[in-house]
Amino acid sequence: MTAGMDLFEWSVMIGKVLFVAVVLLQVAPLMAWVERRGSALMQNRLGPNRIGPLGLFQSICDAIKFIFKEDTVPGHVEKFYWLLAPIVSLVPSFMTFLAIPIASSINLGDHTIHFQAANLDVGLLYVLSIGSLGVYGIIMAGWASNNKYSLLGSLRSSSQMISYELSLGLSIIGILMTFSSVQLSEIAAAQGQTLLQLGPLSIPKWGIFIQPLGFLIFTTAAFAETNRLPFDLPEGESEIVAGYHLEYGSMKFAVFMMAEYVNMFTASAMISTLYFGGWQMLPGMQSLLTLSGTSGLTYEWLRIVLELSSFFIKVIFFMWFFVWVRWTIPRFRYDQLMDLGWKAMLPLSLLNILATGALIYFKVI
Amino acid sequence: MLVKHKRGLFQRFYVVELLKGLTITMKNMLFGKTVTIQYPEERRNYSGRFRGMHYIKATNGVENCTACMLCPTVCPAECIHIEAGERPDKEKYPVKFEIDVLRCCFCGMCEEACPKDAIKLSTIYEMSTEHREVYEKDYLLEQRGNK
Repeated sequence: MTAGMDLFEWSVMIGKVLFVAVVLLQVAPLMAWVERRGSALMQNRLGPNRIGPLGLFQSICDAIKFIFKEDTVPGHVEKFYWLLAPIVSLVPSFMTFLAIPIASSINLGDHTIHFQAANLDVGLLYVLSIGSLGVYGIIMAGWASNNKYSLLGSLRSSSQMISYELSLGLSIIGILMTFSSVQLSEIAAAQGQTLLQLGPLSIPKWGIFIQPLGFLIFTTAAFAETNRLPFDLPEGESEIVAGYHLEYGSMKFAVFMMAEYVNMFTASAMISTLYFGGWQMLPGMQSLLTLSGTSGLTYEWLRIVLELSSFFIKVIFFMWFFVWVRWTIPRFRYDQLMDLGWKAMLPLSLLNILATGALIYFKVI
Repeated sequence: MLVKHKRGLFQRFYVVELLKGLTITMKNMLFGKTVTIQYPEERRNYSGRFRGMHYIKATNGVENCTACMLCPTVCPAECIHIEAGERPDKEKYPVKFEIDVLRCCFCGMCEEACPKDAIKLSTIYEMSTEHREVYEKDYLLEQRGNK
């Protein structure tokens, strides 16, 4: 972002930030509904279906309930840090999504709009570093709550972060090596190339086809990073009551929940950007674009719309995948968690780097 | 006791097991039969012997009860209160018949003890109220029975 921005560029910038903020704010209530309905259907129940169509307005009722509940501050907490903790966990989760490209760019005469709130040169590193800040909120909450269970929860959270952030970072190195960039927009753009042409079927150069192992490791580590089942040890309802947010009520608890869902959304966006081509159109959409018969600016806008929808379809799939896994696998025991992190995922991610290096050396990819 | 299972590196990564689990949940979601009973519209069918809300059986508009006091005697919760009176034709009858339903444990022993087949437990189970309920005689005489 250069200093000399005119009014148009300023308004585009503000518009992009607002778009991201508004989308992220809708994630938590929608996901609360998806989670409840999805879990119900998987367990042969119905879930909330009374308020609004398919029970969609249940989230609004929940929000109203959260706002109007009494906002108590327990007497034994360290007030300053206790009040700060929900904010500290929410803000980084909103910041990370800004660096993720949601569509390619469009040329409007003398202006080019990039559909990415912040096209950072170090986008990937920025997402990783800000994403790992979220754990401070959890640690703060656990420590300031002055409660054994909360402290245990935050302790688990921090150890989990250390073990899994390692494999998370190492699994990305494979992607960095193949696309030789840390700029997310470049990584997404590079995945548009064709990897293999099998007759009429062309396989795009998506990360999943080059780095299947890296994808598995990254997804698993993302689950751990977002504290979702099967890695929700920091919460562990049946063991340590509710972990770090045990002492929080009403809107403060809702803020923690929102942070979790926004983190999930960012993780899904990262998985789709790194391994599923980001805004690259889904198979068939390109021919749809050609069939539409439009040209010029209409064609360009149509392309942007298709790219946006492809990106969000991928993200929504992974959001659903998070929910799907949550209601499938039970929580890991603590030693199993550490086993998986250090004895399985770390060696495998190192192996992945080695294999990728060899493949690049012999010019296979 | 901690049981140690021998697992290889591949098994420790849980991928195959995860996929198996995911297919099971998806199968349940798509093809599983929903077992929820949508309460106010649908109701569960209870057995005819279900012991629910009390009533006193009446024949030709007159209660069967002769205030013999067997039911308050047998009642383990002591929730039945009867005051006996006399009709012009010298027949004994309950002037007052109250059941403190909050104390009642729905054991059905009153029903078994009754020689006149008067006190009965119906199959009605929707008994929630907004105040502490004592069933008066008039209320109990509503014939809500199926037995």
